Amino acid sequence: MDLALRPEDEELVAALAALLAKESSTDRVRAAEGLGFDPALWAALRRIGVPDLASGPDAAGAGQLVLIAEQAGRHLACAPVVETLAAARLLERCGGPVADALAARCADGAIATLALHPPAEGWAELVPAGAVAEIVLACDGDTITAVSAGPPMAAVPNVGHLPLADRDLTGPAETVAEALRAAFEDARRDWQLLTAAQLVGVAARSLEIGVEYVRERRVFGRPVGSFQTVAHKLADHATAVDGARLLVREAAWAVDEGDPRAAGLAAMAFCFAAEQAVAVAGDSLHFHGGYGFTLEYDIQLYYRHAQAYPLVWGSVQREYQRLADLLFGAAGREAGS
Amino acid sequence: MNFALDAESEAFRAEVAAYLDEHLTPEVRERVRRTGSMHDWELHRALARRGWLAAGWPKEYGGQGRSPLELMAMREELKRRHAPTEGMGMTMLVARTILAAGSERMRAEVIPRAINGEILICLGYTESQGGSDIASARTRAERDGDGWVIDGQKVFTTLAEEAHYVFLLTRTNPEAAKHRGLTLFLVPMDTPGIEIHPIATLGGERTNTVHYTGVRVPDSARVGAVDGGWDVLMTALTFERSGVGDDSRLLEELVRAVREPGAAGPAPIGDPVARERLARLAVEVEVAKLLGRRSCWIEATGGTPTVEASMHKLFHAESRVRFSTVMLDLLGPRGLRETGDPRAVAGGAFAEEFRHAAILSIWGGSSEVQRRIIAERGLGLPRPG
Repeated sequence: MDLALRPEDEELVAALAALLAKESSTDRVRAAEGLGFDPALWAALRRIGVPDLASGPDAAGAGQLVLIAEQAGRHLACAPVVETLAAARLLERCGGPVADALAARCADGAIATLALHPPAEGWAELVPAGAVAEIVLACDGDTITAVSAGPPMAAVPNVGHLPLADRDLTGPAETVAEALRAAFEDARRDWQLLTAAQLVGVAARSLEIGVEYVRERRVFGRPVGSFQTVAHKLADHATAVDGARLLVREAAWAVDEGDPRAAGLAAMAFCFAAEQAVAVAGDSLHFHGGYGFTLEYDIQLYYRHAQAYPLVWGSVQREYQRLADLLFGAAGREAGS
Repeated sequence: MNFALDAESEAFRAEVAAYLDEHLTPEVRERVRRTGSMHDWELHRALARRGWLAAGWPKEYGGQGRSPLELMAMREELKRRHAPTEGMGMTMLVARTILAAGSERMRAEVIPRAINGEILICLGYTESQGGSDIASARTRAERDGDGWVIDGQKVFTTLAEEAHYVFLLTRTNPEAAKHRGLTLFLVPMDTPGIEIHPIATLGGERTNTVHYTGVRVPDSARVGAVDGGWDVLMTALTFERSGVGDDSRLLEELVRAVREPGAAGPAPIGDPVARERLARLAVEVEVAKLLGRRSCWIEATGGTPTVEASMHKLFHAESRVRFSTVMLDLLGPRGLRETGDPRAVAGGAFAEEFRHAAILSIWGGSSEVQRRIIAERGLGLPRPG
């Protein structure tokens, strides 16, 4: 057992954190509202090679990618980090001329994403990064397809100001791979796990914002943070944030090891991180009093994102049913097992 | 990053597991249930025969010099099986403290017998008026010629009825500040003037009130400096090695139980509401385990987990208390049947677990104490008041 980051991972995280502090300030996050995409940030991330990390001979494993996603979450990065990394892993896994050509386009700057849910009547709803992605990878039966089109560059108005769009997939589609449903499921799992990591970042930063505020702000002649009801809730949240981060990293390790528990751990990490993120952001907002409700303070940005990121995947409540299927056998078939 | 244990630790775990399969018998469990003592001499001596009471101690002190991760693997196995190792934990904690703070003579007298499983040592810290605030102890020790005379009363002295010694916290200087007038003694339990009164508990475990009336001990029974008891206690705290609360076995047993049809209908596991709650329990079991393993890993790499150990204690205790009520609720009316009813689910183990779990957020530093440590030391929040 070794829970330390490797020196090269520490460096990567530090470099990324420095870049995001500059290029993804909360002012910039606000400025990107509407589309949920900041072209200058994306260009900066491309310059340091973030979208390329998941492919090639020295591809980073899930263990490194969750570190990147956590940083993206901390800074509410308005950039399709999770989508491009998950798509790159899928194309790498599929291989073959079509996937390679798509990967080459991505290397030249095209944004690729996944349609997480099966399209209905040719439309994929609320595709993550769908507002800015040129390539949408989808799964039709056992076939993985790619639909290329000029991105709408307009997002569906949404709770988290995310670059979501409904995408028409009825146009000409390339077949990326056949009989590879499992690869697409793994890509969805990667997206889910990286989103869980983003949520850990959201939760961790929300906690810091709350703690900084209650240390300074005084009411009734003393700091808000000296009230036990406040301090004890924050202590519970600090514990949960650490737990969520460990769970995300364990799930990533299981993915890299090909451990059969990987899918279950990723679902666990997603459920736990999603619930904790909205709980800690909500309490941090609450501890700001009325100011937390104003758009001027940053905590509301985190609260929105904590609620919005997981919804792109679906209801967390429903996800517990899928987790139960993974852990205890599918519903209806468990009797006698 | 690597979440797997090293090969030595896994090998040791397998060895411990096999040994426990052999020695943690239904008879041992029955004895523990009947007496309420969270200790069993047969099991204790069986573990001592393998040298595992001091598995993590340095070899020069009679231990096996095992790594913190090997120790963690052993403790996970013991906890997972709910082995009655309270006596072992307390005894070895005090023995380790004596090794650091006791006299040459005391070390020679106590340590080999502790390692060999011959003696038990109980903890005489808590008093009725003080609760978790152990530094407020009022039990007096007064100089009397070459020795000391002790008068007072302690509560929740678990295993006093089995112990050979009590590690007793006394006040030697009532004038000094609360933490500065305390002294520790290692007192033989057969010293005249010691009276043990049992306290029955919700969990069925026995604990005790112990009265000390004119108890005479020589100065050689003192551990550490006069009025230096708090420092000795702090030393003891650093030896309180991290354990890992691993409830995966409890969850497995619960899942097995809810696969069976209930009296009034189909198996609960087919019900989405039950499935969600089981899945939530599984997440909490995993998180508790990871937080515990993190503390062990910090120790294994030479650090001292403080906030991290509090986080594990807090999360594990709180989730296990929740677990214990959810668990019975999932069983429905069947959850009511207690030990002794032949139709009780898992022989009444779930009902017992429900009654036992309530203590977990109280003992060993209550959840409120843990939250305060996390808030102050971890988050830098100001003290209340």
